[in-house]
Amino acid sequence: MRKMLLAALSRVLQGPAATAAAAGRTASRVMVASRNYTDFANEATFEIKKCDLHRLEEGPSTTAVLTREEGLHYYKTMQTIRRMELKSDQLYKQKIIRGFCHLYDGQEACCVGLEVAIKPTDHVITAYRVHGFAYARGVPVRTILAELTGRKGGCAKGKGGSMHMYTKNFYGGNGIVGAQVPLGAGIALACKYFGKNEVCLTLYGDGAANQGQIFETYNMAALWKLPCVFICENNRYGMGTSVERAAASTDYYKRGDFIPGLRVDGMDVLSVREATKFATEYCRAGKGPILMELQTYRYHGHSMSDPGISYRTREEIQEVRSKSDPITLLKDRMINNNLASIEELKEIDVGSSTDISACCPQAAPQAPLGLVAHLGAL
Amino acid sequence: PGWVPASLERAAALTAAAMAAGLALRGVVAARRRGGLWGRLPPLPAAPRRPAAHFAFQPDPAPSAYGQTQKMNLFQSITSALDNALAKDPTAVIFGEDVAFGGVFRCTVGLRDKYGKDRVFNTPLCEQGIVGFGIGVAVAGATAIAEIQFADYIFPAFDQIVNEAAKYRYRSGDLFNCGNLTIRAPWGCVGHGALYHSQSPEAFFAHCPGIKIVIPRSPVQAKGLLLSCIEDKNPCIFFEPKILYRAAVEQVPVEPYNIPLSQAEVLQTGSDVTLVAWGTQVHVIKEVATMAQEKLGVSCEVIDLRTILPWDTETVCKSVVKTGRLLISHEAPLTGGFASEISSTVQEECFLNLEAPISRVCGYDTPFPHIFEPFYIPDKWKCYDALRKMINY
Repeated sequence: MRKMLLAALSRVLQGPAATAAAAGRTASRVMVASRNYTDFANEATFEIKKCDLHRLEEGPSTTAVLTREEGLHYYKTMQTIRRMELKSDQLYKQKIIRGFCHLYDGQEACCVGLEVAIKPTDHVITAYRVHGFAYARGVPVRTILAELTGRKGGCAKGKGGSMHMYTKNFYGGNGIVGAQVPLGAGIALACKYFGKNEVCLTLYGDGAANQGQIFETYNMAALWKLPCVFICENNRYGMGTSVERAAASTDYYKRGDFIPGLRVDGMDVLSVREATKFATEYCRAGKGPILMELQTYRYHGHSMSDPGISYRTREEIQEVRSKSDPITLLKDRMINNNLASIEELKEIDVGSSTDISACCPQAAPQAPLGLVAHLGAL
Repeated sequence: PGWVPASLERAAALTAAAMAAGLALRGVVAARRRGGLWGRLPPLPAAPRRPAAHFAFQPDPAPSAYGQTQKMNLFQSITSALDNALAKDPTAVIFGEDVAFGGVFRCTVGLRDKYGKDRVFNTPLCEQGIVGFGIGVAVAGATAIAEIQFADYIFPAFDQIVNEAAKYRYRSGDLFNCGNLTIRAPWGCVGHGALYHSQSPEAFFAHCPGIKIVIPRSPVQAKGLLLSCIEDKNPCIFFEPKILYRAAVEQVPVEPYNIPLSQAEVLQTGSDVTLVAWGTQVHVIKEVATMAQEKLGVSCEVIDLRTILPWDTETVCKSVVKTGRLLISHEAPLTGGFASEISSTVQEECFLNLEAPISRVCGYDTPFPHIFEPFYIPDKWKCYDALRKMINY
């Protein structure tokens, strides 16, 4: 009933031009303005936070230009990730997703900001909090949910689950933290070797930042000037341990020592985008590796088995949600600068929710991968 | 008789309303299950049936030799052992990831409050660092009890264990040793652990002279064996079956006590087949023994190996000499699993006594699966089937 009403409302708002698109409601929704194009600004310029720098004379620009199209795209992507993570939470509690499930909500600006600053031919590798990256790198929601539920339609044929999602130029999805970092450097070496001007984004968290193999990798990358962007997603807690209790130095952007670094506001998708553009330009120019620390926050606990409130207060989570939520930040910016209307963004909200819910019954009835295939052909 | 107090009337009204609401809700849920309310909303997915655990924990009778006992599950018996160790030995320290608040499996709850933050402390996320640091602590003379959060994460520390800890005494001509080091790690399948929270890596370490590997099957065993490991003059790895942390409950002595290392335990004597396992799998083979007796009239001797390295060859071989048939079972993959070592030694020692080839019922040679865990693990049916084949050989 509600769906019908909302559909009717949006059809009215969209006007006759969009009826054809509305008639064939598929996952690829065509975004049409609810007002005339001339009513909106084409782009706006925003001030973004200056990055702290280590061994760098200049940092990324402190202003960012956001076009209306870009804004809508970032908004939709972040909102889809947010809704997908909340849906995964629901499915996990219904025991439809089992095993381990590490959710990314709160950190959407990181994966989206990174993705829009690089090319599809660039490479990304990260640890286990991958649902957002998988989506940003092009895995459809349906495929992600199928993977979470262990179905053969999943991106790893259901064999990996939450922690092990892969796609072209996205190397996962790694359970043992820190182990993916030397791999990232290896990918960067291949990039340099093949000479196609590609870079590798190698991500790890604040907990993993204390692993020995990361320092080994810093050395190799710097020695051989590999086009590797090391990225520390600092969400302040390694499982339940706050950064102050785990690290002698919480300036993760300086930990590369001889590798230049920058500290970025990871809750602002524009800051992440500009910083990543800066960092990838640096690498592509052949200057060697660079390190980015993205200061971000996760709303959920470490995993679904962690309520997330025994080592931090609800007030803290609420504060971040109200003051620094990445989606709200973008939304406010767009509305206040006439890049979009509230109705338009609401429609995106509703649209992404519906699309994700539509993926669920489809994710469920798929058959799990056959046992023989599972155990035989690897 | 006719008069009902207002409060009771209100209560009755509320109850009636609640019942009506409940029935209505049931109707709504049923309608949704059937195919949607107003035909619009997607039906609720049917709640998936959770498969039962592949084993049934069988508690041992409470030991009488060690004084007063208390009901404890596995993680509580570990806490009790650590409590005793820290009380008895002023140099003992516990460290690892998240141990301060009690540990992700609650094995160290209360110890930091009781013994202080300089004796129970967290380390950063660095397994190689944890073990290396532990070796240093042990060499300097303190008792180091290191925790690796999951046995699956022990591999960054593999070099430290195998190349440093195991060889320290030997290479220094007994000038130095790290016998005061004990490494504890949750081990084995847990129902939903997938690739990196379910592994049983004992076979990797069994290949390394210089360390001891111990795996308990129950809370009473765990406490006694852990205390023996801590007091043993060699570096020990103590694997704790994580699926038993809550599932295994027994009456465990409150006072410290030791169970000797390198001694297997015969849980049930028999004459026809010897069954050997360790950890969770012991409970599986105990059930298999019962099944064999009931369905086939076969009498099984059930042995819990307890210490993997150095293992009790005498008990196992004596048993095989008697029965002539041996079945070994473990969750770890078949190839290179510890069953292969037992099998090899037994055929050397008891060749002429064997009535049938030694049977190994183990995990498949794949990474521990995300789905299909119930098919992967060597459950009682696979063991029973292998046993039957041996009997009919």
